[in-house]
Formats: sequence, structure tokens, C-alpha cells
Amino acid sequence: MAFRVKALERVAVDKGLVDPAALDELVETYEQRIGPRNGARVVAKAWADPQFKAWLLRDATAAIASLGYTGRQGEDMVALENTPQVHNMVVCTLCSCYPWPVLGLPPVWYKSAPYRARAVADPRGVLQELGVDLREEVEIRVWDSTAELRYLVLPERPAGTEGWSEERLAALVSRDAMIGVAKVQA
Amino acid sequence: MNGAHDLGGLHGLGPIRREENEPVFHAEWERRAFALNLALGMLGRWNIDMGRFYRENRDPLDYLASSYYELWTKGLERLGIDKGLFTAEELKAGRALAARDPSLKAADVERTRQAIRAGRSAKVDTAIPARFSGGQGVRVRNAHPATHTRMPRYCRGRAGTIHIDHGVFVFPDTHAMGQGPKPQHCYSVRFTAQELWGESGNASVFVDLWDDYLEPA
Repeated sequence: MAFRVKALERVAVDKGLVDPAALDELVETYEQRIGPRNGARVVAKAWADPQFKAWLLRDATAAIASLGYTGRQGEDMVALENTPQVHNMVVCTLCSCYPWPVLGLPPVWYKSAPYRARAVADPRGVLQELGVDLREEVEIRVWDSTAELRYLVLPERPAGTEGWSEERLAALVSRDAMIGVAKVQA
Repeated sequence: MNGAHDLGGLHGLGPIRREENEPVFHAEWERRAFALNLALGMLGRWNIDMGRFYRENRDPLDYLASSYYELWTKGLERLGIDKGLFTAEELKAGRALAARDPSLKAADVERTRQAIRAGRSAKVDTAIPARFSGGQGVRVRNAHPATHTRMPRYCRGRAGTIHIDHGVFVFPDTHAMGQGPKPQHCYSVRFTAQELWGESGNASVFVDLWDDYLEPA
């Protein structure tokens, strides 16, 4: 595969179809600059600021953009609030659709066949396997990103974090928690 | 199309394998394959739905045996050939065999940055009436197009309720086949686990579906 990609790049550069510096820029952007710390800041702000949280749940695209996170694969956002009664989780059974501006490029396992196959059919079993044990009375809502909407889970704020700064809160939030396959622990 | 990409509900795939401290890319060629896909896409010879169709429209054995960026590479090779950016001979030779097309201009670093930041919403700002409204019962059509679709097999023929009307969006089924955006409402439709899988488990699945996929229940 390395040779095929090299050939493709050579041809594309030779023909003036791509600027090699622009390719470097794309790699650098998604490898170094855009990642789950962005989403963690959104979550922390929602925990700390009730007005921002209400905005996020009403118009996630605008609320997230106000923190500077916009662009490809995050054009139209929806935020889903996890509560003691309702647990949301996100999958893309058809491909790999997760919100890049807040989560970065998804890890391989989010896009892997086992997760895509099972998240919709056996979410409780999947969560259990991933270490999230939910009581039977907790309703599970699985969101299959089949269109251009991108979903961000707002996890439950852990107990014992009252009065924490946004920065300290953000450090607790994992990418997995923002697709609803992990809980946030203090 | 009823392809191997439509994985919801498939059995036998084994456990979910997570990697500790996973890097963004696992090899240099993955970095380049990712960037080439985005950069060549910016030339505007195809849209995102065509890109997805070219990754999915392949032998199921090949689809399942290919890694993620292998699929991106294979899809991009065929797209570029079909849309006239380069030829199979050029890919084989690893160099250009014909002169540049002056109408195709590569995006420079600044334009690339802007494109990343701006994105490209598939939402259409047109007042098109919605066929359904919140809370209404709907049934997904039992249809099996051999062309591109975002209607997973596990919900075809199943009844659900409109949960959110997301507004008007480009319709991927026609857009991917070069037949125009056919804008229409896209909804989050809620299905109970009971309806989809025959057992409850106190769960439901929300699927984003367009007007053309749905009929009144």
C-alpha cells in the first residue's frame, strides 16, 4: 500500500493537482492541532456554565463555533446529554462519521467492523465489554450517524468536582466519553 | 447498495479491539492517503457522497479485508481515474504521462487552511416543506437500490417515530450518482430495540433518514 500511495502522490504532484505543502498542512492540522482536547473544553464549559450548556443543547453548531471549533466533519452538530436516566452513545454503522473539529480523527476501533456491527444491536453488551455497566433501568440511546449531522455526547459530570475550574474539568474528559462509550471519572 | 459496509447487526466479527495511546496515523502512507483524499477532493471533480460510494462499492471480501486508509486509497484511485484526473497507466508508472490540465488548480496552504476551517455543510438553505413532523409515526421503505444510499438494512421496513427534524439537506442517493442534490428534509428517526431486533433491552436506535426513505406508518 505504501508504494501505491507514493505513486498516487507522485502523479498528483506531477500533474499539478496537489501542492505538497498543502498535503503537509493537512497532516499537521489533524495530527497535531485538532483533537479531543477541543471537545473536552466544550464539555467542561457546559458543565461549568449553565447558559452555555443550554445553548449547546439547543444549537450545538453555534455554541461549539463560539469556542473556535468549526469546519470539516463538524459543519452541523448535535449535542446529546447523558443523565442518570438516559445514556447516549454514537456510532456510524455505514462508515466513520464522527465530529473532527471536537474529537479529531477517530481511532481505528470507532471505525472497526465489530463496533459498527454491535453498537446498534447490542449496545448494553458493548458498553459492558468496554467497562461501562449500566443499570437495567437506564435507557440507552444509540445514534447512528448516517447523514451529515455529527453528534457529541455531553457526559455526566462526576461527583466531587464542584467548584473545579474549566481547565481542571476538561482534563477529566476522554474522547471515548464524548461518544458515550466511557464515563467520566474524577 | 447492499454492501459489506452496511454492518449494523452483523455477527461473528469478534471483540472490539482498542489500542492504548493510539496514534492518529499508524504509518507514513496513511498520512499521505488521508491528505491526498482531502486535497484531491478540493478540486471539485466529485462530492463527498461520490467519495463514500467509491469506497463502499466493491467486492465485500475486499471491503472487509481492507484497512480504513486502504479503502480510502482504493476509492481515491478509482475516483481519480473515472473523473479524469489521471489514468490507470499513470498510477502504474508512478508519474504523469500526459500534460497538465490548466483548468485544475491545486489548493495552496492558505486555501487548504480556509477549507478545513470553513467545512462544507450539506444543509441547504431552502424552504422545502417537510413531509413529516416531530412525533409522527413513519416506516422506512423496503427498498434495495444497487446505487448509493444511507438507509441501513437493519431499519428497512421498520416503524419508528420522527424525533428531530434536522432541516433540509442534500440527498446522498442522487448526489453520489451525479444526479443532483435533490434537497429534502432529513430527520432523526427513533426505533425501539424491540422493533429492530425483537428484544427490548431498554434501548432505542436513532437513525438519520431523509424524506425519500420514509412513508407514513
